[in-house]
Amino acid sequence: MSTVTEPKPAPPPVEKIKIKVDGREVDVPKLMPDWQGKLVPTTMLQACQLAGVEVPHYCYHPKLPVAGNCRMCLVEFGLPAIGPDRKPILNEDGTPKIIRQALPYDPSLPRGAIACATPISPGMEIYASSPATKQMREAVLESLLINHPLDCPICDQAGECKLQEYSVEYGQSESRFAEEKVHKPKRVDLGPRIILDDERCILCTRCIRFSKDIAGDDALGIASRGSHNFLTNYPGKAFDNNYTLNTVDICPVGALTSKDFRFQMRVWFLKETKSLCASCGTGCNIVIGSREEKVYRYTPRENDAVNGCWMCDYGRLNYRWIDRSDRLKEVRRRRSEGPSERTTWASVLKEISEKLRTAAPGSVAIIASARQTNEELYLLAKLAKRLGALTDSIPRCGEADKLLLHSDRNPNSTGARLTGFLSAEIGSNLKKIADAVQSRTVRTLIVFGEDVARHGLGAPLLKRLDTLIVSDILPSSTAEIAHYVLPGCAHAEKRGTFTNVKGRVQKFMKAVEPPGDARPEWEFLHELVLNVTGQNGFVSIEGLFNQMAKEVPAFAGLTWAALGDTGVAVPI
Amino acid sequence: MPQEYRLILKYADQPGYSHDLDCYLRHGGYEVLRKSLTLPPKVLSDGRNISAQEQIRDEVMKSGLRGRGGAGFSCGLKWSFVDRKSGKPIYLICNADESEPGTFKDKQIIYKDPHQLLEGMIISCFANDVHLAYLYIRGEFVEGAKILNRALAEARAKNFLGKNILGSGYDLEIYVHRGAGAYICGEETGLIESLEGKRAYPRIKPPYFPAVLGLYMCPTIVNNVETLCAVKHIVAMGGAEFAKLGTPNNTGTRIVSISGHVKKPGYYEVEVGKATLGELINDPAFGGGLRDGRKLKAVIPGGSSAKVFRAGEKFKLKRKAPDGQMTTVEVDLLDLPYDFDSVQQAGSMSGSGAIIVMDDTTDIAEALENITEFYAHESCGQCTPCREGSLWMAKALHRLAHGHGRKQDADYLLHIAKNIQGRTICAFGEACAWPVLSFVSKFKDEFESKGAAAETRHTLSASAGPTREMRIAASPQAGSP
Repeated sequence: MSTVTEPKPAPPPVEKIKIKVDGREVDVPKLMPDWQGKLVPTTMLQACQLAGVEVPHYCYHPKLPVAGNCRMCLVEFGLPAIGPDRKPILNEDGTPKIIRQALPYDPSLPRGAIACATPISPGMEIYASSPATKQMREAVLESLLINHPLDCPICDQAGECKLQEYSVEYGQSESRFAEEKVHKPKRVDLGPRIILDDERCILCTRCIRFSKDIAGDDALGIASRGSHNFLTNYPGKAFDNNYTLNTVDICPVGALTSKDFRFQMRVWFLKETKSLCASCGTGCNIVIGSREEKVYRYTPRENDAVNGCWMCDYGRLNYRWIDRSDRLKEVRRRRSEGPSERTTWASVLKEISEKLRTAAPGSVAIIASARQTNEELYLLAKLAKRLGALTDSIPRCGEADKLLLHSDRNPNSTGARLTGFLSAEIGSNLKKIADAVQSRTVRTLIVFGEDVARHGLGAPLLKRLDTLIVSDILPSSTAEIAHYVLPGCAHAEKRGTFTNVKGRVQKFMKAVEPPGDARPEWEFLHELVLNVTGQNGFVSIEGLFNQMAKEVPAFAGLTWAALGDTGVAVPI
Repeated sequence: MPQEYRLILKYADQPGYSHDLDCYLRHGGYEVLRKSLTLPPKVLSDGRNISAQEQIRDEVMKSGLRGRGGAGFSCGLKWSFVDRKSGKPIYLICNADESEPGTFKDKQIIYKDPHQLLEGMIISCFANDVHLAYLYIRGEFVEGAKILNRALAEARAKNFLGKNILGSGYDLEIYVHRGAGAYICGEETGLIESLEGKRAYPRIKPPYFPAVLGLYMCPTIVNNVETLCAVKHIVAMGGAEFAKLGTPNNTGTRIVSISGHVKKPGYYEVEVGKATLGELINDPAFGGGLRDGRKLKAVIPGGSSAKVFRAGEKFKLKRKAPDGQMTTVEVDLLDLPYDFDSVQQAGSMSGSGAIIVMDDTTDIAEALENITEFYAHESCGQCTPCREGSLWMAKALHRLAHGHGRKQDADYLLHIAKNIQGRTICAFGEACAWPVLSFVSKFKDEFESKGAAAETRHTLSASAGPTREMRIAASPQAGSP
């Protein structure tokens, strides 16, 4: 059974133009999407990219309007010669004569065009690696470096700095600058999350364009004139929208730095793991930067179907709790009213399996967070079915913004529904469960990842249960009184998938090890399901996902491998 | 002996001539506007109808009028680039930002004969179907803005401006907008940005050609004050008559601003190309010659952005011989005809028509220091080569002029300047690079000796360390010839 889509009608043929890049003829589309996705004449830079030739640039960004101010992408080029009769002039061998473009006032000097903003035309020849082009790049780099502070040893951007990279590839090794550098404000507190160093700024205006055109907050601008130009926020108005940290990503140098990440870790030490943000239902694709089991930062990963190449500040900074010292690290058991004691997984899983196997139908309820993964909710759904259990999740809402942040602050509400874990609208069964606990119809409550004591099932109520099984990652008042505490993982510590609000199933990978005895929930759930229902599954995440895809109608046809880096959409 | 030919400034300096409307009307003012608005459509033999507007545009094209702001681009050609099919309103902007150092001609028109500018502007607007126009005047012309606003009010009151001008059915409104002291607002797209209320960062071309995407992204014409005044005279006498003034391809008259070490600095209107550079400097009708006992050292022929000429320079100019063949003629600096093409062939430009004369008391390095300070101050800072390079050159020259130069500073400056020209968003790159390129290469001996003298002084002084020889040669390029 194939997933979803009927065969689409073939798209209209794309009109192409023949040009040459570095002597090689290439066929490139006449029109290509601009920063807003509108089809506009293909630029020389896009054509070179298609031909596999890199044109270095600073101010250009595929998702921002073109500025054309850094001049780094200047390339030498040639155009077909046209005679006075407007017909092309041919060489002796019949090929079109190409004239290398020169300065009108000095034909001995080559004229460059900025590749990011100049459209291609039929027969154009782009000399992206000629000596003239290289000299133009070298000159721009020299200009950028004359006033640039020698901050590399203390600058966050080192290791991912375009100025460094292009200097190595296209620049000079010695400076001939013999004057005093221009000094500008350093360590400017631009806003609650950003520190600006105006000396490092190369005035590419990416941050200004991002803030104005993408985030919708015209908050940044340049003041003063000429060489004394400096970036600043609108006077008196802190740079404080929910997307400010994206400017740190797109800043080619270390001018805009994140207060959160400043001086924390050299980027070349960071392991980069493809993951997802779990702070809302949008599911922005991210990269987790970690070193030695500690997460240092989240940065966005490109996925045009979800988040472009951006993420919001709220989600980006929501990782510091992962290495809190009070993480639940121990498997614990409490007998009746006594104190809880540390124990082993083998021991509690045996006991829990026994209790569940012998539980009367309808005497178990499961409340699992919509922050759990598809696989975990699928396994819990199996348990619930076998046990005839009431199920629910805790809804989590907040104000949405106009860009990425969704009002649903759970990353996997859709997954909770599609896997069959939820039988009704999220949150609508909580009262039923609470009443059932009160009336002692429900004697066993399984809680995954929520402090239900704060959502209508207070401690006194919970104490009426015979068995309270809690899996969580941080201490809570529910875990405090639980009979069994099963320490689980932050999503950065396991692999799995989420289904976002639009129905896109996306996978995330493991970045760091969980602390102490904590285990991925799907791992021990798999054991429980086997013990209680007799249904065996797979002990690898790939196998488990593929099995889930076979059994859950909404995921029909998916495989773990086919999810790729950007996920697959399913009907919701 | 060449004399002034006062076409635009015919009445401006006459005793008793004032800038009010009544005086202008007494001198035949606004008759050409009346003529333009009542021009009947011409019917061609094939039945095609040529409107009044098209006829006026044709006359301007026939006249060979070239922009008087500095670029010398054909006005008729510029008007022909306007996108008349977009459905968007067409704007016209009068560039009264006169900021090119050495230029003070537009000021005369604005302060003494503002109605001539308005008449020329209204005719130009009519010819291009413009109904909303702006007069961008440099902020320093405080009184000038007041004079223009008064003139506009007078014109409105007499129905030369506003709705249904002179009963023709043509509406036009003109607003004065004052600048705030930036040279880059004289750049047409910088001006447009400023007019829109933004920082005057010039736009990249492609795609933002003003004729297509100008003010508020609508087709826009930007013309200089003197150019618009010339339009009035072209319509009055006809394009062909206007083309008889001046010299072939360099038609009409222009107002030359002469300053520097001459006895009679000032403004003089001449037929383009009919006077030579030497005549303009030395003739009693114009500059009146150098001060007593002084010799000519250098001349900047077209505002400080133009390349300098060294006294005694000779040029090889291409001329059409009487038999129609192209020949090369050697011409002495002082015999150079002052027009667009000859000065350009000689390796410079006549620019805004501002001639700056320097005699042998001039310290060339200090003169260049002064010029680069201006450009460093006025660079808008948008693009890398100009932003960094303009101040770099100014700092280097400051160092050189104040006794801390090095012999290699001449080549150092040439290197910086070569990396600016042709690499920038607007012509400011050329404007700040050409003075350095031309001064340093034509007076290299002076720059090198000044630097060398400073180095000697410093090595002789006890506190100086050895001079570190910087590697100046161009970096080796793979595969370069």
